[in-house]
Amino acid sequence: MSLDMFLQHLANGISLGGLYALIAIGYTMVYGILRLINFAHGDIFMMSAYMAFYGVSLFALPWYVSFGLTIPLAAILGMAVERVAYRPLRDAPRISALISAIGVSLLLENVGIVTFGGRPKAFPRPPLFAQEWNLGGVRILSLTFFIIVISCVLLVGVFYLVYRTKTGRAMRAVAWDFEVARLMGININQVISLTFAIGSILAAAGAIMWGMKFPQLLPLMGVVPGLKCFIAAVVGGIGSVPGAMLGGFILGVGEIMIVAFFPELAGFKYAFAYLALILILLVKPTGLLGKVEEEKA
Amino acid sequence: MRKGTSRILTAISLLVLFLFLWWAEENLDPYLRRILNLIAINIIWVVTFNLIYGYTGQFSLGHAGFIAIGAYVTALLTLPPAQKEQSFFLSPCIWPLSVIQWPFLPSLILGALLAGVFGVLIGIPSLQLRGDYMALVTLGFAEVIRVINMNLQSITNGSLGLKGIPEYTNLFWSWGCAIFTIFVVWMLGNSSYGRAFKAIREDEIAAETTGVSIFYHKLMAFAIAALLTGVGGGLFANLISTIDPNLFSFLLSYQVVTILVLGGVGSITGNVLASIMYVSLFELLRPIDQPMTFGSITLPGRPGMRMVMFSIIFLLVILFYRRGLMGSNEFSWRWLLSKLQPIFKRKRQEDDHSKD
Amino acid sequence: MTILKTDGLSKHFGGLIAVSDFNVEMEEGELVGLIGPNGSGKTTIFNVITGLYKPTAGSIHFDGKDVTGLRPDKITALGIARTFQNIRLFSELSVLDNVMVGHHLRLHSSPFVAALGLPMYRREEEEITQNSWRLLETVGLANVAQEEAGGLPYGQQRKLEIARALATRPKLLLLDEPAAGMNPEEVRELMDFIHRIMEEFDLTVFLVEHHMRLIMGICPRILVLDHGVTIAHGTPDEIQNDPKVIEAYLGVEEEDA
Repeated sequence: MSLDMFLQHLANGISLGGLYALIAIGYTMVYGILRLINFAHGDIFMMSAYMAFYGVSLFALPWYVSFGLTIPLAAILGMAVERVAYRPLRDAPRISALISAIGVSLLLENVGIVTFGGRPKAFPRPPLFAQEWNLGGVRILSLTFFIIVISCVLLVGVFYLVYRTKTGRAMRAVAWDFEVARLMGININQVISLTFAIGSILAAAGAIMWGMKFPQLLPLMGVVPGLKCFIAAVVGGIGSVPGAMLGGFILGVGEIMIVAFFPELAGFKYAFAYLALILILLVKPTGLLGKVEEEKA
Repeated sequence: MRKGTSRILTAISLLVLFLFLWWAEENLDPYLRRILNLIAINIIWVVTFNLIYGYTGQFSLGHAGFIAIGAYVTALLTLPPAQKEQSFFLSPCIWPLSVIQWPFLPSLILGALLAGVFGVLIGIPSLQLRGDYMALVTLGFAEVIRVINMNLQSITNGSLGLKGIPEYTNLFWSWGCAIFTIFVVWMLGNSSYGRAFKAIREDEIAAETTGVSIFYHKLMAFAIAALLTGVGGGLFANLISTIDPNLFSFLLSYQVVTILVLGGVGSITGNVLASIMYVSLFELLRPIDQPMTFGSITLPGRPGMRMVMFSIIFLLVILFYRRGLMGSNEFSWRWLLSKLQPIFKRKRQEDDHSKD
Repeated sequence: MTILKTDGLSKHFGGLIAVSDFNVEMEEGELVGLIGPNGSGKTTIFNVITGLYKPTAGSIHFDGKDVTGLRPDKITALGIARTFQNIRLFSELSVLDNVMVGHHLRLHSSPFVAALGLPMYRREEEEITQNSWRLLETVGLANVAQEEAGGLPYGQQRKLEIARALATRPKLLLLDEPAAGMNPEEVRELMDFIHRIMEEFDLTVFLVEHHMRLIMGICPRILVLDHGVTIAHGTPDEIQNDPKVIEAYLGVEEEDA
């Protein structure tokens, strides 16, 4: 494989990894606070893609307006899901919330199927993102470049928010211990809603970029990336924001590179994520950047 | 009520069921027969899942994987070689599968055994994990099975699927196996093993300190469930005659979970009732997938409306009526009698009064 | 005959030293007490002995065998049973079922035999049922046998836990604060009860308690723990007059004056 090809693949891998990282953060933050796998997260990703699509195709909005509007709409959707399907079950056994998450996921998928129809929709790819650039001999799509840059900006933003602001500190406190955080005057419900909002915003950003990269929209398009990104979060260390970022990049780069080097394994590429998950859970269950917990009797 | 009476009543009910199935097999049209078969097969899937989750408290999302194994093994063994040659046009079927054709029962058994083996293999890593992780890993394993299925062109015919599977499944097979499954899970659940499973569900640490080997028992429940659900898979393949890997996706696992939750986690009676309701309702609601006209009103109908309705019902149950239909209660003849007695007593009182 | 012997038993949780160099030797039939202020490591010691935690250092010998680091269910099979400070019952199972679970480890029938209801299994089930009824009668819970365990009043839940532990046919019984929440009348009943079951079931008992009257009243030998360290070991009289024990419980008061 020539250096050019390698760098091209690497660029693709990093851009895919960036998208995975954005989605994975939503999972890890919710899990960190509620110990819940938000199965519906992947479907919020899907809904965001469709919202952006319909903004352009149905309401004839310019792409930047449609994309811009999708972000807050996704946040609202995410917060609504939490409010309706998770908050009432906060005192119930954890499995109930998990089952509810599955229920919401199913509902969103089926509503998607009914409303959007089963035929793929073509996501708009504005000319800005469709150019072919030549960076030092490597030919990549401008979109790939933008994805990497935008993802990194957003990731840095989230990192700053979680680790350098008071709000972030509140979020970390709630993730550490619910009751103590409440006793210290932190408004738990607000923090949780905010967590869902941030996760959904990142997922929406990821969805828009994903739509431009893989322009075929389908109602079940969120399922596979959703599961892969939760796996990425687990691999990186569930509950840890840097861990989710790391996991996302590992999974994205790994997926592209493995198929690049072993094209005959392309059909199994989907299975890699799961094998990675099984491996990490057996070897280091707390993930690469996670901490060890021990249950007391 | 004496135990003997209870047994006699159960035996009579089974006889009635048998007679009904005999009549149905001869007289009902194929559409209704198919529904009855599907109900029985779903009962097998859900009752076995009840063993894992309802009794032992282990939330696995990989049930579809075991169903797939049972289905594919049985299908491949019962498919006539000529059909295989026709279907496997992309990549010829490997030997000895290409020349084999077995009768139904041994194929079912082998399918079940293989599903059981996978139950052990998948259970060993998965059951060591905490609740939500276990759900994810079992889901992952089922997906891995699906992807492998899609790619083993010369064994499973990949995404082209298998068709022309001989339709051996009739009401006796499906309901016979369903009754057997209910019997096994019921007996196990009420035995010392069942108590051990439920103890694990209630409090693992206390169970372990009371001498119950946690991992061994979890694996036992898991493997037995996998084996029996493989039978359901085989029956399914030989009912619908055409299968492909995507039939056995996470959506199927979710369906099993949905039925279990609706009927009441931990109750076999609930499993049976919910299976009947779910499959029937699913078929009954078929019309809303198409637009319907009532006089001057046209109700819009799109494909998938059924599933939206089911999703909403599912969410409502989990949010407001978590115990499901039966909770963890079981039907018993004594209960039925206690419900009927007041009616008879009241009638006797009325008669007495009317004599005055 | 020595039934339990721990040697230099320690348990660290990361940087926290919960138990340090715990040594005890118990003869068959003894009743030994373990006391100490809250957080002194008493329950941790129980958890280590029963295999819920692996010791950071040291060894445990039970009935002549080295049981250090064995799984809890294996340790129970060898003859150590326990109750929990925060009562851990199988809440949704009946009282009778809770006790019957205790017999499961001695079951010979395979799941295959049990699922088919073969005579071999039915005989064992009958035996388990009889034994469980007898245990319920011993603790006085026979009249609520079919009730849901989670619905019992506190005192009865404690008794049930003990019955369940006895069902495993232990040689050594670890009781973790069995008198918690009891009034003086109940405590007296408990003292008699402990003596009764020790005789009837041939038990050695290791008792953790906060209730001073109970401990001083029935334990001929007591160990005192403070911050994981054994600070005293002797008869009730010796313990009561030991300045280190007094200090551990009451703190050093002089300085604040």
